[in-house]
Amino acid sequence: MTAAVILAVAMQVVPADSMSSQAETATLDARERAIVVASKPFGESFLLAEIFAQLLESRGMEVVRRLGLGATEIAFQGLRAGAIDVYPEYTGTGLVAILNEEPSGTPEEVFRRVATAFRERWGIHWMPPLGFENTYAIAVRRETAERDGLRTLSDLARVAPGYIGGFTPDFIGRGDGLPGLEKAYGLRTMEVRSLLQAVKYQALAGGDVDVIDGYSTDGQIERYDLVVLTDDRGFFPPYEAAPLMSRRLWENRPEAVRALSELAGIIDVETMRSLNRRLEVEGEALEDVARDALRVLGLVEGPAIRTIRGRSTSPTDSFMSYFWARRGETLDLTLRHLWLVMASLTGAIFVAVPFGLLLERARVGAEGAIRAVGLFQTIPSIALLAFMIPLLGIGVIPAVVALFLYSLFPIVRNTYTGIRDADPVAVNSARSLGMTEGQILRYVRLPLAAPVIMAGIRTAGVITVGTATLAAFIGAGGLGDPIVAGLALSDTRMILAGAIPAALLALGVDAVLSLVEWAVTPRGVSV
Amino acid sequence: MLNASERPDLALEARDVTKRFSGAPVLECLSLVVGRGERVALVGESGAGKTTLLKTFNRMVRPDEGILRVEGKDVMSFSEVKLRRSIGYVQQDGGLLPHWTVLRNVALVPWLRHMDDRKGMARDALNLVGLQTAEFGHRYPRELSGGERQRVALARALAARPDIVLLDEPFGALDAITRSELLESVRSLFHEIGVTALMVTHDLRAAVRFADRVAVLRDGKIDQVADPRILCRTPATQYVEELLARAGVEVDV
Repeated sequence: MTAAVILAVAMQVVPADSMSSQAETATLDARERAIVVASKPFGESFLLAEIFAQLLESRGMEVVRRLGLGATEIAFQGLRAGAIDVYPEYTGTGLVAILNEEPSGTPEEVFRRVATAFRERWGIHWMPPLGFENTYAIAVRRETAERDGLRTLSDLARVAPGYIGGFTPDFIGRGDGLPGLEKAYGLRTMEVRSLLQAVKYQALAGGDVDVIDGYSTDGQIERYDLVVLTDDRGFFPPYEAAPLMSRRLWENRPEAVRALSELAGIIDVETMRSLNRRLEVEGEALEDVARDALRVLGLVEGPAIRTIRGRSTSPTDSFMSYFWARRGETLDLTLRHLWLVMASLTGAIFVAVPFGLLLERARVGAEGAIRAVGLFQTIPSIALLAFMIPLLGIGVIPAVVALFLYSLFPIVRNTYTGIRDADPVAVNSARSLGMTEGQILRYVRLPLAAPVIMAGIRTAGVITVGTATLAAFIGAGGLGDPIVAGLALSDTRMILAGAIPAALLALGVDAVLSLVEWAVTPRGVSV
Repeated sequence: MLNASERPDLALEARDVTKRFSGAPVLECLSLVVGRGERVALVGESGAGKTTLLKTFNRMVRPDEGILRVEGKDVMSFSEVKLRRSIGYVQQDGGLLPHWTVLRNVALVPWLRHMDDRKGMARDALNLVGLQTAEFGHRYPRELSGGERQRVALARALAARPDIVLLDEPFGALDAITRSELLESVRSLFHEIGVTALMVTHDLRAAVRFADRVAVLRDGKIDQVADPRILCRTPATQYVEELLARAGVEVDV
């Protein structure tokens, strides 16, 4: 009750643009609401979303960006819940990862299947495809291809046992990934290493692995002069990129539907690959690449732009200037981050401390209840965040609720044990001399347990600062934003611009809370 | 309007008290009386039921059968808290609140009873046990020696000037010399202020020096209750004799 009030009061201080989509829906007429454009956390998705956003803006519509949402699941759930309006998706992904159907069919058949199924089940609309496919591209080094005479995946099956594969975890697990590929081509097991998107290409170029799962449109294939093996048995489903649109937008904003329709069929695979290259390899700014793409496609007017983010040979130097140039933005993100931490931690304190006291009173079932609270800790953050979306949408509220749930355990645990184990001899004498149980709690147990409870709060605080970077995955902002974007765009400086302030913030929160811990330790007990 | 069984001349009275912990009897139909101003020691080995008996008087332990009276009244006729606030209590290791100063610890019961001049009462109590408030009042328990801590615990038990004090192994954790000194001063102090005292100890020599009467407990029953000199000269059972021999108590008191 109290916690809810505090949370509600705390919400008032957030700037309006950061409030959750529900609040926006409640206060603004649905027709006039800003259009929420989202993306998944990789370069091409960022770029397409930015193109959508700028196109809508150039047609006079107001746009809110929620780029880098955690994964297909989160972006799709956000769309279903009406928390976002449009994001770029791939037909094959819709078929296999969302509808759980077998990967097969021509591009037209797949588009028809997903379009019909999404509309009937959820009222979600697939706009016409943009004109290119971005399928898995199984790639090898040119010298390997020439040495072993590799052109197709059937050729790979012949030599696979001697190769080392470096694949993303996603690909290793998905039905339309490695398991299906092995079955379709009779690939005999090769040694497999699980690699992140960001390091895959370097690992291949450096000879650590022999074959990787690339994307057919990404700029890196060209950069490292790789050979993409032909899918001669047509195993991979078509992955046509298209805007995926919420029912609300489709029904209420015909001008947005019209604007996004202008993109139908006009981005071919070469164009997309070169745009990706400019973004991921040459390090141009996202906004500029998108602006230039719209100009080249003839959708907006204006001069050509080519800005280089300037990858200097002296990374320290360029990082300092990069960081300095963004100090204002970094401060905003840090404050936002701190706000997320404070809101969830305050809520957790007001719930967990009374709960710990209650458990100490009841004793029966206390260990079980604490273990149950501890279970939240074991839920992977992405899963917890995805689970929140149907209930709370995306944005600040689900992020604060998730962080709140993660903070409960250390505080409940320490409150319970601190109160339970408070100097039993002193408690016994206080009771024998006629203190009531309430007086014992207030004057003996709580003061003696205060440093222990505070230590739990401190642990929760530091964990929350770290976990809050994941809030970026559901569009809550904070220092996770540059980290997610930096990972997607392979931009180390951007990652550091989020990670370093986050680390410093964790140290700062720890220092402040340790001061509080010292202050609440009663004299006569402190060492 | 007294019942025939009520004896207002008795400070503490236990009648046919039985207490079982998970089926096993700790006190078995035990009776004991302590007169006003009398000092009685409960001795026996650990597990004999001494502490359990002591705690039935301030309702820290609830007996399964039997009646307990304090100054002639059934303990059940008082509220728990009121009963405890009216009886002094000292336990092994003092049980001082570690986050409170000596003065605040000693003023605890006067504070709980909303008495006037709590500080003054605490100061007087510290004086009684031979500690100067100016020197000790502001200290925390961990800044005291073991002997000083027990003195403070004693002062705390006496501060509200109760008529009855219960002591549970009050000198148990002290070294022999400190224990002996403290025992001596407590004995003369209790004599002086005329307080009724029931003290649990496993130390028969201390019991003999401290008490007007000594009660020997074995397996939840009383073997003998007697003046220490009589106890030493004519032990009632083999067990009392053994206990005396083991403690090496001089019989020629």
